[in-house]
Amino acid sequence: MEFGWVLEYRDLLLHGAFLTCVLLVISVVFGFSLAIILAVSQVGDNAIVRWISRGYCTFFRGTPLLIQLWLIYYGLGSYLPYIPGLRASFLWPVMREGLFFAALALTLNFAAYQGEILRGAMLAVPKGELEAARAVGMSARMILRRIWLPRAIRIGLPTFAGEVILQLKATPIVFSVTVMDLYGAAYKIRQDTLLIYEPLLLVTLFYVGLTFAITQAFQKLEKTVPVQRQHSI
Amino acid sequence: MNPSNSVLQLLSISPPGWGGVLLVGALATLLISFGAYLVGMALGLGGALGKLSGFRPLQYLFNAYTTIVRAVPELILIVALYYAGTDGLNRLLAAADLGPIEVNGLVAAVAVLGFVQGAYMTEVLRGAILAIPVGQLEAAKAFGMRPALRFRRIILPALIPNALPGFANLWMSVIKDSALIAVVGYQELALAARVAASNTKQYMLFFLAAAALYLVITIVSNTLFSALEAYFRRGQRPLS
Repeated sequence: MEFGWVLEYRDLLLHGAFLTCVLLVISVVFGFSLAIILAVSQVGDNAIVRWISRGYCTFFRGTPLLIQLWLIYYGLGSYLPYIPGLRASFLWPVMREGLFFAALALTLNFAAYQGEILRGAMLAVPKGELEAARAVGMSARMILRRIWLPRAIRIGLPTFAGEVILQLKATPIVFSVTVMDLYGAAYKIRQDTLLIYEPLLLVTLFYVGLTFAITQAFQKLEKTVPVQRQHSI
Repeated sequence: MNPSNSVLQLLSISPPGWGGVLLVGALATLLISFGAYLVGMALGLGGALGKLSGFRPLQYLFNAYTTIVRAVPELILIVALYYAGTDGLNRLLAAADLGPIEVNGLVAAVAVLGFVQGAYMTEVLRGAILAIPVGQLEAAKAFGMRPALRFRRIILPALIPNALPGFANLWMSVIKDSALIAVVGYQELALAARVAASNTKQYMLFFLAAAALYLVITIVSNTLFSALEAYFRRGQRPLS
């Protein structure tokens, strides 16, 4: 085991760890927002919207992330330059990067899994609470905002922790579209130094440490929003 | 030439179409997934029984196995095991005064994915065994059944319905994880699609075609697992 290269590649590794965290945060935040839309439209009344979101979830949960990533990076990416005006716009420098497509693919993928969980959680909210909200005269929109969603999110919280960790473990795949995330950095170091295991070992420690931190953070979050267990009769 | 015609030509089974390459890739994906699934199931059964055996060293061993494998990203595990596995095997062979061998890509893929699956299988099977009402096991003991007979006649039939939802999830995840094998260069469906796409520059078409094949596999498997679970839960009271 030889770790002399760590100092030399310090900046690359730190930047890679930063990118990994950025990808995780972007995909979880935007993916969660999209998941709320997906879940609400699947428990709603509009049949067309329901089928669209169900189809979306089936597609993104039924195909590998790698295929989705390549589909978006190579497939969608090859059409982008033909959209008139896009090349000249200020967005172009961002949209040309692999990072943009990686974040997009991870977000869309996360939203599909999260949407299914949230849908289940929404169905698990006790009917009586929603009826009570209706009885005091709340509009459908207000019930969703004040009662249904907050309760569903609390019910799904333990599962969300697992999903975020799965998402973290999915991020290394972005190295295949030229993003220099932490794994990408390790890959480059392996090629430069011809060391097989040491770079992998180092980044593994980072992923495991981050997993531990996420678990702890969610446990704290769960404690700050306690739920009263229902008494069984 | 009109575009729909050229799409059909590109996807046709025989060359110059790439449909055949994709289908062979899909077959390789199924083969890898199925092999890894079986390896994982064997490892998982051993792991679950080891964890429940009450023998401390075995428990520590399998706890370390499941914790590490489930905490490390799959891609890193696959890459590390792929190199470590072939490297280790060749070192063993060298120690036994045998020349190095080229490990078959398919075998390596099955072994690596199976090792990863085994950790998840261990947890699924452990949970399924723990969910068996303890009275059933006590009754079997009271009748004087030996452990082997008890396992075959009582534990195994009782754990299958408990484990099936977990098995279904793991089958879906091994199919999707098998795409990661593309990264180490074995040509399954994902890599086949990439080869076809970069040769023809029709990225959208071939990745969509591959996605469609994956979808067919997962949707058909989903239906099969639902039918299996209905079969194994026959005679059980439906959960309210």
